[in-house]
Amino acid sequence: MIEKTVAELYSALNSGEISSVELTQAYLDRINRYNETLNAFITVSDESALSKAKQADALRAKGDSSPLLGIPLAHKDIFCTEGVKTTCGSKILHNFISPYDATVVTRFNDAGAVMLGKTNMDEFAMGSSNETSYFGPVRNPWDTERVPGGSSGGSAAAVAADLCAMATGTDTGGSIRQPAAFCGVTGFKPSYGRISRWGMIAFASSLDQAGPICKSAEDAALMLNAMAGLDTKDSTSADVDVEDYTAGLDNSLEGLRIGLPRQHFAEGLSADVEQAVRDALRVYEKLGAELVDIDLPNNHLSVSAYYVVAPAEASANLSRFDGVRYGYRCEDPVDLEDMYKRTRSEGFGEEVKRRIMVGTYALSAGFYDAYYRKAQKIRRLIKNDFDAAFKDVDIIIGPTSPHTAFKLGAKTDPVAMYLEDIYTIAVNLAGLPGMSVPVGLADGLPVGMHMVASDFAEAKLLNVAHQFQKNTDWHRQRATAFTEGQ
Amino acid sequence: MAFDKSEVEKVAQLARLHMSESDVDEVAARITDILALIDQMQSVDTESVEPLAHPLDMTQRLRPDVATEPNRRDELQQLAPETEDGLFLVPKVIE
Repeated sequence: MIEKTVAELYSALNSGEISSVELTQAYLDRINRYNETLNAFITVSDESALSKAKQADALRAKGDSSPLLGIPLAHKDIFCTEGVKTTCGSKILHNFISPYDATVVTRFNDAGAVMLGKTNMDEFAMGSSNETSYFGPVRNPWDTERVPGGSSGGSAAAVAADLCAMATGTDTGGSIRQPAAFCGVTGFKPSYGRISRWGMIAFASSLDQAGPICKSAEDAALMLNAMAGLDTKDSTSADVDVEDYTAGLDNSLEGLRIGLPRQHFAEGLSADVEQAVRDALRVYEKLGAELVDIDLPNNHLSVSAYYVVAPAEASANLSRFDGVRYGYRCEDPVDLEDMYKRTRSEGFGEEVKRRIMVGTYALSAGFYDAYYRKAQKIRRLIKNDFDAAFKDVDIIIGPTSPHTAFKLGAKTDPVAMYLEDIYTIAVNLAGLPGMSVPVGLADGLPVGMHMVASDFAEAKLLNVAHQFQKNTDWHRQRATAFTEGQ
Repeated sequence: MAFDKSEVEKVAQLARLHMSESDVDEVAARITDILALIDQMQSVDTESVEPLAHPLDMTQRLRPDVATEPNRRDELQQLAPETEDGLFLVPKVIE
């Protein structure tokens, strides 16, 4: 039962085959059994989960059949959850009990979903391997010597090992899509502004976006139905109508034009990843789609521009952590300056401090034009590339990551780690919807296919992904070490 | 461009980060590498390009100027390391 998709669990709950309490207990048992190995959860909220499940069963008995009622989920520990520890993977928030719920959390609560706990992540979502977490790295269920990707690695590992039915993530440069690819699950980053950022601890405010990490495109559509929509508490939340994202899943792909960026099938891409993606493209050809080579000529500058924009915004956002109102404060400060400096230096990890330094430098007097303004101009060029491409094609497809999951400790050079997101970062700079779906295994490790659509074309993206999953079973594959007890 | 020791100290001060003497060289080296990555941007002529600050072309929404949030001071101050009489306490600022 625990391996089923949300859509399948919905039927099982409605038919009485299983209750939400039983289902919740089954996931809690698995968390209890496997979390020591995987380290996917920072906090497990068993009691509140079971009481929420009981409520869901009672509502269902009264005839409520909301799509997510009684479905167990996990939230990335970047979302504020009232009365529950919310750490963002950092020592500086290790004791922070949020006094309010993020809008995303409220929406899942209102939909009747059952929160099992909070998932591990790279500190402040800064990382591509989950190794920067203050709470230790998450391990990849497919090979526990390997990383799950990052920064939403705990959510991706939890879904992959069936420790929950679905999970939330956030994506600033690839943090939903890359871990989804490494763990063999479906990860969806909506258009910027589609989902409220209120109560989601800020990393880079013009790039951050929440989204689903789950077992199928259909599940992503069901989750997006609950998550998407205008929120007046987030001034950048988009006032764009929300569709029923499940409505178009079965649309035909006859005549669909798929763009393949030459820059994403070039040097640096491992042969086995390319093969798996090319095999997936053949499935699309059989479904009536047409493949077209396209160019994204400024893609190679996306990582450079991102490492100005994201650290600059982060340095401003993270200035709020000062040891005054909440979170960690250093011992025995001699004066205010000492308190700020030691609180921040002891509370933040190395990667977070590095990015604060880079961002502070880029915004400092005399360097603004050379860095921040220049990066914004590159950002425009990158967006123009996508706009031009979408005049000719409906969807863009390539690999999510240049290779499969790497070993823990294998990448110690920050720049090498930054280049992990070479195919995903441009999408955040342009604010577009993107997703990763599993398309094969290479040496026993999952390969992800990256798909991008134009602004607010979430429904099209989900339709294209769903049609692939209807005709293949890569999204059904599981890491054998964690299939016991199914 | 090399990011030297004095640069590290200056930026650390701006960011209110304490930098121990033993870490300065390592931090300078790492940031020099990152700046080399960033400097790839300089290879493109962007003279006539309009900067893009944000993916959405939108203006600030306005709402009526009425209070919408309740006062939760006592509850919120429980999260603070040190408070007194409804105030947040910090080390002495004025002698």
